[in-house]
Amino acid sequence: MAIKGPVPEVPAPVWRNFKDLQEWEQLHQRRPEGDKHSALFESVTEGIHSFPGGFLVTTVADNFFNWARKSSVWPVTFGLACCAIEMMATFASRFDVERLGMVPWASPRHSDLMIVSGTVTIKMAPMLERIYDQMPDPKWAVSMGSCANSGGPFRHGYHVVKGVDRVIPVDVYVPGCPPPPESLLNGLLLLQDQIAHFRRTGQRAAPNPKVD
Amino acid sequence: MTADQARTLIAERFSSAQVDGTAPIVISVPVDAWVPFAHFVRIDLGCRFFSFLTAVDWKEQGLEVVYKADNLDDNVSLLVKTRLGPSVTECPSLTSEYAGANWMERECYDMFGIRFDGHPDLRRILLGNDWVGHPLLKSYAVDTPHPPYR
Repeated sequence: MAIKGPVPEVPAPVWRNFKDLQEWEQLHQRRPEGDKHSALFESVTEGIHSFPGGFLVTTVADNFFNWARKSSVWPVTFGLACCAIEMMATFASRFDVERLGMVPWASPRHSDLMIVSGTVTIKMAPMLERIYDQMPDPKWAVSMGSCANSGGPFRHGYHVVKGVDRVIPVDVYVPGCPPPPESLLNGLLLLQDQIAHFRRTGQRAAPNPKVD
Repeated sequence: MTADQARTLIAERFSSAQVDGTAPIVISVPVDAWVPFAHFVRIDLGCRFFSFLTAVDWKEQGLEVVYKADNLDDNVSLLVKTRLGPSVTECPSLTSEYAGANWMERECYDMFGIRFDGHPDLRRILLGNDWVGHPLLKSYAVDTPHPPYR
């Protein structure tokens, strides 16, 4: 009986063969700094802003869009570990994030926020990145719990990514092991405040001293 | 069958086995008696419940493979060990005796790099297919980087 080598021949997953999905994901690749919006939209608003009197339009639009964004942040249901239990508690009736306009949604295509709740293993990280790429811009990410922040107690384990910010850009870090629903709720409120201080429809705002 | 009867039977049939303890009965056998002893354990001692199989890395003394098999009718449990010797990674497979050993030997291969001779489908089970190395070996460095996530 011949023993197989360390890298066996495994057929590629079938869904990789969908051509349209591949093309779709090429369109939605993670952009470098200043992502969250398409470059065209940004240049159009830039043009309006530099037009005489145009800043009135863009600042009003800023406030309106920021209000709209922060009032309907839909988190994708993405539970990885025990933090997901606290996340579910936050979504449930006692803490009720729906009063903040957050509807936990089971599809990344309709979501704005990814709450990375739990340990990100090296095997899970490509899937996490894929789901993040499937979310439409503008999108945000909350790193929930010690494991997602830095690897936590498993930091020196062989299988753990040492912080989810090595995989996707993170907006708010919520400490705790696991963070209670109050902590996560505070993190979500901080995220809403961060969204409310975006500037010129798409540019990321400077850190808000009131929040930090 | 009581534990004492099992001990006398083991001493009769396998004189090379070192027997120690009562619950579980800890038995060390040489590698060449690994599969015949498993057959004896399953048929004659009636230990049909294959509890687990794993390995221990004793550094320069080599690897040690351990499995536990239970006779749930008579409350006899056996912990069977074998030393593979320094820098030896080949071990006979128990899949011919216990079908449940299949995935456990795959995991053991995954974590310790032990090649089980006669295993029908020896490949990684927990780690990714592109993983390099066997992480539960003592020689595997802590914080080994894994690109692209480091």
